[in-house]
Amino acid sequence: MSIVQGTTGPWEMVIGLEVHAQVTSEAKLFSGASAAFGGAPNAHVSLVDAAFPGMLPVINGTCVEQAVRTGLGLKAQINLTSVFDRKNYFYADLPSGYQISQYLQPIVGKGEILLDLADGSTRTVGITRLHLEQDAGKSMHDQSPTETYVDLNRSGVALMEIVSEPDMRSGEEAAAYLKKLRAILRYLGTCDGNMEEGSMRADVNLSMRRVGDPKLGTRCEIKNVNSIRFVMQAIEYEAQRQVEILESGGTVHQETRLWDTGKGVTRSMRSKEEAHDYRYFPDPDLLPLKLDPAMVEKIKATLPELPDEKRARFIRDFGLKAYDASVLVAERASADFYEKVAKGRDGKLAANWVTGELFGALNRLGKGIESSPVSAEALGSLIDLIADATISNRIAKDVFEAMIETGKPASAIVEEKGLRQVTDTGAIEAAIDQILAANADKVAEYRSGKDKLFGFFVGQVMKATGGKANPAMLNDLLGKKLKG
Amino acid sequence: MSIDQTTVARIAHLARLKVPLEEQQQVAGELSKILDWVAQLNEVDVTGIEPLTNVNDMALRLRDDVVTDGGKAEDILANAPSKTADFFTVPKVIE
Repeated sequence: MSIVQGTTGPWEMVIGLEVHAQVTSEAKLFSGASAAFGGAPNAHVSLVDAAFPGMLPVINGTCVEQAVRTGLGLKAQINLTSVFDRKNYFYADLPSGYQISQYLQPIVGKGEILLDLADGSTRTVGITRLHLEQDAGKSMHDQSPTETYVDLNRSGVALMEIVSEPDMRSGEEAAAYLKKLRAILRYLGTCDGNMEEGSMRADVNLSMRRVGDPKLGTRCEIKNVNSIRFVMQAIEYEAQRQVEILESGGTVHQETRLWDTGKGVTRSMRSKEEAHDYRYFPDPDLLPLKLDPAMVEKIKATLPELPDEKRARFIRDFGLKAYDASVLVAERASADFYEKVAKGRDGKLAANWVTGELFGALNRLGKGIESSPVSAEALGSLIDLIADATISNRIAKDVFEAMIETGKPASAIVEEKGLRQVTDTGAIEAAIDQILAANADKVAEYRSGKDKLFGFFVGQVMKATGGKANPAMLNDLLGKKLKG
Repeated sequence: MSIDQTTVARIAHLARLKVPLEEQQQVAGELSKILDWVAQLNEVDVTGIEPLTNVNDMALRLRDDVVTDGGKAEDILANAPSKTADFFTVPKVIE
């Protein structure tokens, strides 16, 4: 929980999120036009999507299954009967004058999401509901000084609106919620979670109350915030704004606000104020949606292992720390990669290499784990060379860099560059003798009590052997020699 | 049930219908009559009966997830009062 310190005392944030997630499907929710992102203007549009007279919607079975799959992934109640309603409003990118949505009887009811917080703790946030609805078209306001351009390619694409309970108390928790929801959707394959292309968008509901007050304050809704970072910034700004109003004796008006990325502020969207009477009614073009319990069971049986279960298994089976496990399971591809590396090896060592060196290198190269220049097998072989003492951990980092650059296997690089660890006692002793002889003054200082010099000798011998001396043996032999 | 003139004006605005001031009183009377007629249903005791959204005893037909339509921007835009390239154009909508 993060507290906003006002001039008259502390305040608590109450946050709920509405997420619009585009269903992964080939065709739209009620028509046979493509749901693909982009495309030439109005190329992915059927007469249904453009609301020509007499056109009738026919629902896409896969979109229904995807909603059920998502509901099951959120441990939510699946409603075997749900109803489609018309939500009426006028806007240039909504040709029919109504959006087909679900109001009183959504397809998915109450569920929950477990948040992984930075300090390693977890927190449960309730899901209120999930319903299916159509996306609207796209308006472009910057193409002409006098006109708005409308492209209906998005019109009719299936969305899942996922509504949370007002259970979050800070921007960090809101961010953790979005990350976890995104991970679950991606594991399930029901939404690609791409916030940049708008396939996942968040509306933030925020109100403030005195710490300890059980009553909720008046909330504002901040629309369409399109990145997790902006969600956190918008929450910080809006919380401060509301506290200032409340402390100066004013009242917060319930309204829809817009996050202005450029200015870093939220501002009122007055144009939407009067349109809030949507006059929902059941769509007479569509019968109630009845699900076969057998279909729900079939989907349940094909659910993949989800992030929470995978994380628990990684902690249990590989002895990972909660934080490392969370990092690895955030993307299914990373988790799969890690498991290949860790199989039959030291799980913690494998985790260090994947989250440390590998993620670092991928970040630097701007590549995803799917196109990693070092495969899981290749990284595994490198770790094997550390495990059997062929090379030290230090040298392994250099070998890894060479693997990234050349794509060669670890063993070939070790042979080529002669990096094999020196485990020959005689060779290490010779190197130690040479360093001690060249630094007789420091040896005397050490022997008169300056223990810190030990590190200096280790460094010098390592340098002399090109970093190849086995560190444990070196420590041992050097200790004996210095004792005299 | 009676509908007043203010309600008529509000509904007309929400539906983007132009109902002149002098006709609003008359429309209010007509709408009230329709509502009164439908309100007769309130006399029926429906205790314990689930609400019904459709009287047809049929299941909603599901479509396969296959792209079968699109690629006809020209048809889509054929009746548009105003267009540029393959976009519909409307008077600027200012946020």
